[in-house]
Amino acid sequence: MIPFSPGDLLAILPELIVMGVGCLLLVIDPLTAEDRKERLVYISLAALAVAFIAQYWLLGLRRPVFSGLYVLDPYGTFWKLLLILVAGLVILLAKAHLKLEAIDLGEFNAFILLSLSGMMVMVSGRDLLVIYLGLELMSISLYIMAGFKRFERRSMEASAKYFILGSLSSGILLYGISLLYGRTGSTMLSGIKAGLAGLPPHDPILLLAMILLVVGFGFKVSAVPFHMWTPDVYEGAPTSVTAYLAVASKAASFAAFVRVFMEALGGVKANWQVLLLIVSIATMVLGNVVAIVQTNIKRMLAYSSIAHAGYALIGLVVADAAGVAGVMLYLALYAFMTLGAFTVVTMLRKGGLEGDEIEDFTGLARRNKWAALLMLLFMISLTGIPPTAGFIGKLYIFMAAVGAHLTWLAVLAVIFAAVSAYFYLRIIMVMYMREPGETAGTPGHNVRIVASPAIIAVLLVAAAGVLVLGIFPDPLVKAAQSAILP
Amino acid sequence: MTPDAVPQNYLPIVIILFAAAAFAIVSLLAGMLVRPSRPYQAKLAPYESGAPIFSDARSRIPMRYYVIAMLFVIFDIETVFLYPWAVVFKELGLFGLIEMLVFLAILIVGYFYAWKKGALEWD
Repeated sequence: MIPFSPGDLLAILPELIVMGVGCLLLVIDPLTAEDRKERLVYISLAALAVAFIAQYWLLGLRRPVFSGLYVLDPYGTFWKLLLILVAGLVILLAKAHLKLEAIDLGEFNAFILLSLSGMMVMVSGRDLLVIYLGLELMSISLYIMAGFKRFERRSMEASAKYFILGSLSSGILLYGISLLYGRTGSTMLSGIKAGLAGLPPHDPILLLAMILLVVGFGFKVSAVPFHMWTPDVYEGAPTSVTAYLAVASKAASFAAFVRVFMEALGGVKANWQVLLLIVSIATMVLGNVVAIVQTNIKRMLAYSSIAHAGYALIGLVVADAAGVAGVMLYLALYAFMTLGAFTVVTMLRKGGLEGDEIEDFTGLARRNKWAALLMLLFMISLTGIPPTAGFIGKLYIFMAAVGAHLTWLAVLAVIFAAVSAYFYLRIIMVMYMREPGETAGTPGHNVRIVASPAIIAVLLVAAAGVLVLGIFPDPLVKAAQSAILP
Repeated sequence: MTPDAVPQNYLPIVIILFAAAAFAIVSLLAGMLVRPSRPYQAKLAPYESGAPIFSDARSRIPMRYYVIAMLFVIFDIETVFLYPWAVVFKELGLFGLIEMLVFLAILIVGYFYAWKKGALEWD
């Protein structure tokens, strides 16, 4: 008999709601007339609201679920609340954006909910196979969503590229899991930890397994040298999907990355810290330097998201309580500014197309001072200038590094944050210090701003997140610090 | 079994691998050295005495086949899971029944979706 208690179902109530409504949407979608598709948006928003409340109600609880394969703990709850919020904002953003792009709204919401449920499983799994299952549920939905602009070449390319490279990285991750299982006799994080105690610290199979896990998770968080897919996929996918990829998928992958390495492999820290140190430095250097030469804003934001993964990785290199809290805080704050920046990108239209070149931002301040002001806010936050959220995120990560006697790493990261100012501030320069082109063929000509209530709502939440959490970060800092792994 | 004993246990498999490779190489080499070589058109055809070849097999195949194949895999997996479940049905009891109903319900959602989207229609 399988040990089971009804309490287990209560502990995964938010997951059940999201998963159930995701399946329900797949049933309702074909039965809904084309002009009523917007109702699906409201159903999914309502489901997310209920899931958010249910998750909030579970805040602070800690219990193993399904014989320890799964867990309800403050760490998972922190991430799940963030992910549900992000998914809600992306659905709002997509509601307006997909209509502009003439993309069918039908399955989109179902896929957002299904991938969200995958992410939720991923951040709370305490067994490598459960985590893998969540990761695949998330990824497969994202592969499809990346190709939602079916008739555009770039979108198809993004989807195919993401799918092929993603499958490869999943395979590598599974290989790592199988080696760990072979060496320790368990796929459960606690079992692996116990199994590692009896092994020599430099066991070659163990080292190989660790490297393979770093590759698998490194791909999902787009750390160098596993970042190759990021610019192409971010550029080709519809912008609202790109925002979801850059924020939610990255946050969930980091959450699982940190949990696996801290809970299962925490005892052999010294082995992976050096590896991640190198990956982290390479990610910061490459992300920030290559972003400078980009002319497409989505590609630039893709490299910027690579660079931010590098900063967040510092928290995992430090691998102590402050480091883990730093990662959580960093990604939570990064979510608001990145979502905001992508939302502004969706507002720029050039005829029937999206204005996704940096030159389309030329003289934006003259055309629409609010859009330009918000973009300014998100850009200085991404650079990490106070009093914005980006500064707080970096501050806590760097403090964790200094606390772990890695001051030189913090200094290096600050230097590269200064490098990043070049390409973030260039957007501001282009928006404020250039006149929009008046004749055809000049930069900024023929660009118009499209705003809808939904987009304005997303922008307000993102801007409020960036400013309020930049000035009063205390509640979020406390939430992160009380939710670190035991 | 301690984890350290694992590599030794694989030794027979390694031996089998080498033996299999050696068998294949030796028999092919022996055949090549011994047999007379008198090829002609009909003999070189992929299927000797089969239907004559009329076109290259590497042609483009309609997407439809792919969708049908995917659906087949999905619903085939269903039966793969149903078999072991049926074997231990009595031990699992009501819990197992509910679990399987949930699993089937999720599959039916997929089936319904595929049906409504016209994936089961040929034209």
